Amino acid sequence: MTKPGDRSLYLEMLRRMLLIRKFDEAAVELAARREIVGAVHAYIGEEAVAVGACAALNDDDYITGNHRSHGHPIAKGASVDRAMAELFGKRTGYCKGKGGSMHLADFSVGILGEAGILGSALPVAVGAALASKLRKETKVSMPFFGDGASNEGACHESMNLAAIWKLPVVFVCENNQYAIVKNVRDLVAVQHIADRAAAYDMPGVTVDGQDVLAVYEAVGAAVARARAGQGPSLVECVTYRYFDHAEGMGRLLTEPYRDADEVEKWRQRDPIAIHRAWLLDGGYATAEELDAIEKDAAAAIEAALEFARTSPEPDPSELFDGLYTNPIAADRY
Amino acid sequence: MPELRMREALREALREEMLRDDRVFLMGEDIGAYGGSYTVTRGLLDEFGPERVIDTPIAESGVVGAGIGAAINGLRPMVEIMTINFSFVAFDQIINNASKFLYMSGGQFNVPLVLRMAAGGGSQLGATHSHSLEGLYAHFPGLKVVCPSNPADAKGLLKRAFRDENPVIFIEHSALYSLKGEVPDDADYVLEFGKARVLREGTDVTIVGYGGSVHQALRSAAMLEDQEQLSAEVIDLRTLRPLDIDTVIQSVKKTNRCVVVEDDWQFGGFAGEISAQVMERAFDWLDAPVARVSGKDVPMPYNRNLEFAALPSEEDVVEAVLAML
Repeated sequence: MTKPGDRSLYLEMLRRMLLIRKFDEAAVELAARREIVGAVHAYIGEEAVAVGACAALNDDDYITGNHRSHGHPIAKGASVDRAMAELFGKRTGYCKGKGGSMHLADFSVGILGEAGILGSALPVAVGAALASKLRKETKVSMPFFGDGASNEGACHESMNLAAIWKLPVVFVCENNQYAIVKNVRDLVAVQHIADRAAAYDMPGVTVDGQDVLAVYEAVGAAVARARAGQGPSLVECVTYRYFDHAEGMGRLLTEPYRDADEVEKWRQRDPIAIHRAWLLDGGYATAEELDAIEKDAAAAIEAALEFARTSPEPDPSELFDGLYTNPIAADRY
Repeated sequence: MPELRMREALREALREEMLRDDRVFLMGEDIGAYGGSYTVTRGLLDEFGPERVIDTPIAESGVVGAGIGAAINGLRPMVEIMTINFSFVAFDQIINNASKFLYMSGGQFNVPLVLRMAAGGGSQLGATHSHSLEGLYAHFPGLKVVCPSNPADAKGLLKRAFRDENPVIFIEHSALYSLKGEVPDDADYVLEFGKARVLREGTDVTIVGYGGSVHQALRSAAMLEDQEQLSAEVIDLRTLRPLDIDTVIQSVKKTNRCVVVEDDWQFGGFAGEISAQVMERAFDWLDAPVARVSGKDVPMPYNRNLEFAALPSEEDVVEAVLAML
């Protein structure tokens, strides 16, 4: 339950949602004018999920992301400078320019990687939880995945493994209702993705993914359960992708597949606006204070852009770095 | 030196590594109570308990991925995939995660995972259960690929695999599990990766093999000597990545002829890689084109005669050598 004493947390939630929003607005713009290349999968509209869920974690808990995952590292506390530099492919990026938009990873804040392949990171998150349990630690693993990935075999194998071994995993499904251009209703047999939890004898709940506090509370209960050794849970957060599947892919994926009315209706339930209104109604902050947070977030993204643009490119001599930990000379294979 | 079957040598390696390093644990289908499909892990559950010898569901993608996640987070898992045929189900985990995480994360986290799997045909198990994929896995940068041909190498190389910081694909030819050989019982017996071994010295032709095909190479060398009075040098590659091409090149510069033997399909296979590297580095020493003696380009048929026809034989090797004289 929300408590007045958590004011700084509630404000921090707003700040991180704004950072993600502005980060991805910048990324969309960069992709549109080809300043960065490759696909950009914007998280805009879904910020409350990553921020609400990560707010329920400790710094040393683990998360895994997916292809639409600029938001998760930021929600977990990663630096926007290094994340932006990675989008630019710069040496100062989290992955030294070798990962890119779909593979942002900051191990120092518990990110075990993002998977460009749907469902691919879920078994890895389960393995991290297994390591946690075998080492008698209480670290929780939280894979983020979408409605699309929820149909992958790896997802179901992961849920079953976590359930039979009672692992500290909180499966967070970001149901943004579209797998590329196909609506979830046509692709998932059950009414709610959370209903699938029953098949693995674990709790499954569906929450409003536009309400950061609802996400925080539902995920928080699942995290407490996992940390207490009671096993995994599935939290389905119903949310919406404002943008198309990916930016920067030309005309390939821009055929109409959803009504403008539908998009507009969801934009009226914007997670940042909802949280801002809640903060004002509850007297947690004044409009001026919230404006200042937004201004700071915008400035942080401007600074990140400057950092990324002025950072050095990796040198071609770095091509083989990090292929093996004990490098073998390139001419050996 | 004690004489052990290969399955016992592998078991000794696992046991010694589990005693040496408490981060090592084993996962796989039926590896615990049942002792493993090829009984490699027999007795280890009793000795080490269910937290270090974990029976898993038949879910290769999930289990290999879990091994990767545990490896990233400080443990040293060995995942046994019952046979290499089932590794297709875990391909995304092996290729997209295990082989790439270190590179793709800019060196932030490595995956010290040992993936053991049985391979090879010849048992009339049909097309889906008779693969030899050593060369396929060797194709991927980021992986190391090991294929022992005898009990001593199996032990020394498996112990080495647990000391590697990178993912290691450890491929055991199923026909070799009962093969006997002398095996050092010294706990510090560890072989290096990337060191081929000359099993038999010769002057007329170099025959290169790995895993199961090493034995065809040796038998064909004996036939060449007995029937044709030809002296064949036999090289066991032992690891495909890293590859010790230097030992092959050195030999070819002496014999001026080279045959590569493998069970895998010839088209796009590893024998082609060896052939290309020999051509690049020893072209002027070659008296004949490098020959490849490989599996025929068909899915493995079930019928005994057809399966025999699909697999390379020592007669094929002898024929290939005679054709280059």
